[in-house]
Amino acid sequence: MKPNHTDAFCQNFFIKGGDFNNAGSVSSKVKDILNDIGIDSDIIRRTAIASYEAEMNVVMYARKAEFKLRLTPASIHIIVDDEGLGISDIEAAMKEGYSTATAEMREMGFGAGMGLPNIKRNADEFKISSVPEEGTTLEIVIHLN
Amino acid sequence: MEQYYHSLRIDKDKCTGHMKCMRVCPTQAIRVKNGIAEISEERCIDCGECITACPTGAIVPLTDPFGELSKFRHTVALSSPSLYAQFGREILPSKILAGLKKLGFDDSFDLATTCGEVSLAIHAYLEEYKGPRPIISNACPTVVRLLQVRYPSLIEHITPLEIPRELAAREIKKKKSKQYGLKEKEIGTFYITPCPAKMISIRQPAEKKRSHLDGAISISDIYGPVLYAMENIEKDRFRTTLEGMCILGISWAVSGGICRSLELRNSLSVSGITEVMKVFDDIERGRLRHIDFVEAHSCPHGCVGGSLTVENLYTSYNKIRKLIETLEIEQVSVCADYAKVIKRYQEDYFLKAGKLKPRPIKPFGEDLSVAIRKRKEKDKIYAELPQIDCGACGSPTCMTFAEDVVNGEAVLSDCIIKKNQLRKKGKRMKLSQIRKKLGLQTLAAPDVPDPDITGGYTSDLLSDVMAHSKPGNLWITLQTHQNIIAVAKLKDLAGIIIVNSRQPDPETLEKAESEKILLLGCEDSAYRISARLFNLNPSED
Repeated sequence: MKPNHTDAFCQNFFIKGGDFNNAGSVSSKVKDILNDIGIDSDIIRRTAIASYEAEMNVVMYARKAEFKLRLTPASIHIIVDDEGLGISDIEAAMKEGYSTATAEMREMGFGAGMGLPNIKRNADEFKISSVPEEGTTLEIVIHLN
Repeated sequence: MEQYYHSLRIDKDKCTGHMKCMRVCPTQAIRVKNGIAEISEERCIDCGECITACPTGAIVPLTDPFGELSKFRHTVALSSPSLYAQFGREILPSKILAGLKKLGFDDSFDLATTCGEVSLAIHAYLEEYKGPRPIISNACPTVVRLLQVRYPSLIEHITPLEIPRELAAREIKKKKSKQYGLKEKEIGTFYITPCPAKMISIRQPAEKKRSHLDGAISISDIYGPVLYAMENIEKDRFRTTLEGMCILGISWAVSGGICRSLELRNSLSVSGITEVMKVFDDIERGRLRHIDFVEAHSCPHGCVGGSLTVENLYTSYNKIRKLIETLEIEQVSVCADYAKVIKRYQEDYFLKAGKLKPRPIKPFGEDLSVAIRKRKEKDKIYAELPQIDCGACGSPTCMTFAEDVVNGEAVLSDCIIKKNQLRKKGKRMKLSQIRKKLGLQTLAAPDVPDPDITGGYTSDLLSDVMAHSKPGNLWITLQTHQNIIAVAKLKDLAGIIIVNSRQPDPETLEKAESEKILLLGCEDSAYRISARLFNLNPSED
């Protein structure tokens, strides 16, 4: 059963690819919202990590993305839909340590190949689909109970 | 809701509602209501930023007065290393400690020694630690409070080792009671503090256990007396060298000092509450897992920047640095005995009793669906606000104001900009409401219909009223002759208010009845009644 619409908090954010100056701002806002609503701290931490990694993937590998947050008393639902390079080998990308980051990104401390595995580890449900040269869609669900 | 003790109090007589405190508060804990600042107990983390910001000295730190000393049989002053930084370079710590004794303490204790021991203990702890990194220092009580309130998920990162002042107080009580045959509670241990936050960590330790310290005296209170006392100390009462000073511990007074003493490859130090929050945000996102230890101080440059210090923080920062350099050059040995510390560490001597619990603020209560609904409302209200964070409403930001409105602690019209907009497109009031609210006396034609009032017009020149009043206006005038009824009729005015308790002519009353024009009277002057009407009826005319 779908939760009553009035019980859902929905907000969409825009993430710009390559914008390292503002990288992390969307996941910060998501964290503030969860804090305000009084979500359990462990769930906030997991959501913060998952949404930060998802945001950074967009900043590094995509032109732009829409980050959709939907929060109900039962779950946190995040969809990140980007337009960008896409992933040709999802299975490889899900392995820890696999990375296509450039030397510059690594210098900034990114691209350790932990992003997607980290999201998966912190999510209760995780779906990924991608079309190379078009974009990637992530779906992250974290249960509240 | 649990009661939280705080080390700050607002002196209502001194507070002039400058709002400076409200703007600097990092946790948005201050609101200014009716011109007086109020602190939310739940949100306050005792950082003391407001004390420094207040131009009228209305925020009073609740430290202990000297008089407390007389409650104990034996008293010991525990000096924070930051106290040494308050005096000129030629005044050595040993002389300052002697000064404290001269002031009336039975003994004075150099906390740098214990700080050094704790440094070694942290080092040992880090070597065997396997949990999530980085470990966060607990030396600054404000930082611990900040973590409890804003970063509850990072609580497990806080070092479980006891802080030096507590360890020292525990040890002193044990030792002195044995030495003098007294009970532990007869030994008074007083911390000389650079900030008010240490005061709450004594009155209400974050782990909810009694502190070993009996009180805290602020550096700013004791500075003058110590300075004076030091002038009268005989030369032989203190050492004139740095012998016995613990180089590891001295550095605890400044930001980066603990990291320095740990000699770690991957450590990080940060100071100033907003900077600290940036680092904690990164830890929470899992960005700093490669760092072993984070030393965070709420005050800029560490404890020397505390709000209860006397000396300019840059001067005192340098004094500590020079002290460390001198100790290095003179090769004064590190005083903490490594073997002894390790042995004690293994016996859990350094372990903190009690467990730190998170203390998250839940502005919208416990019920998730209610909280979600209120959070949505907050966004909706925020979208309508000017978003300039002017603070004139008494809340620090438009965002916090929106939250206050949702929680019923403020009303939309507290926003001065919003109030004007509301006034502009304001709903019109009924004539009957206005009559009731202004307490107007009915002089003639009471049974007219009850139209919406479009505004008011105040003038005694009939031609002016003919030219500028608008249909549905209430006309305020001192004229009482019958021509006013004709004007009101021609212009479709809602009624006439006659000011200064003037009585209309009998013909006027008669005409008002026959033309069905409402005549009202009041004691007020035209100026006063206009102002009252304007405030009452938020309309543009």
